[in-house]
Amino acid sequence: MRSSDVIIQTTTKVVFYIIFLFAIHIFFAGHYTPGGGFVGGLLTASAIVLLLLAFDIRTVKKALPINYTVLIATGLVLALGTASASILFNVPFFTHAYDYFTLPLFGETSLHSAMLFDLGVYLVVVGATMNIILSIGSDD
Amino acid sequence: MMILFWASLVLIVVSMAIILYRLIKGPTAPDRVIALDAMGVTLISVVGLLSILVGTRFFLEVILLLAILSFLGTVAFSKFIEKGEVFDRGDSD
Repeated sequence: MRSSDVIIQTTTKVVFYIIFLFAIHIFFAGHYTPGGGFVGGLLTASAIVLLLLAFDIRTVKKALPINYTVLIATGLVLALGTASASILFNVPFFTHAYDYFTLPLFGETSLHSAMLFDLGVYLVVVGATMNIILSIGSDD
Repeated sequence: MMILFWASLVLIVVSMAIILYRLIKGPTAPDRVIALDAMGVTLISVVGLLSILVGTRFFLEVILLLAILSFLGTVAFSKFIEKGEVFDRGDSD
């Protein structure tokens, strides 16, 4: 690569992690405060788009060897599996379970099975957005 | 103290109107890109002032999100103007 984008490439190496950490924060904040899987997925996709802008598609594919179509399928399986697992316990579809656990370092936290559904939404959003952007962007 | 926040809100909205004029009228594409970036900054200020006026912390994530999207948009437009394409495919060399 003989490009001269020193400033954008140096900035990207820092800003990518800031955007990605903010995406994870938004994803976990989504239960009681604004946020959730959809916004977190969009922010993660925008972090990857920043990498694509600063470097090129081949470099990013080498750095992040992710098949985004498989990512969509994984997310759909996770979301629908979480939703339909409630049928096995003889409760209505989409019923979610939660309980309070005492974790080390966090103290008493409430863990919800709706988080797994949100993880599925996150993966679907990242996969769909990156598929759209890559199929538009790599066109000549 | 509240009157100060309202006055700055009005001033920022006035500057947004002027930026909107540049965004629509702007003779060249770089003018419009810079106007879009400035519009993002003023939007962030408006949201910050509103979160002070309403007295809530929930708008602060909106500020960070707007900052990220505005930055990405400016970078993408600059690269498009400079190089003529948004994404390099990386098989040129």
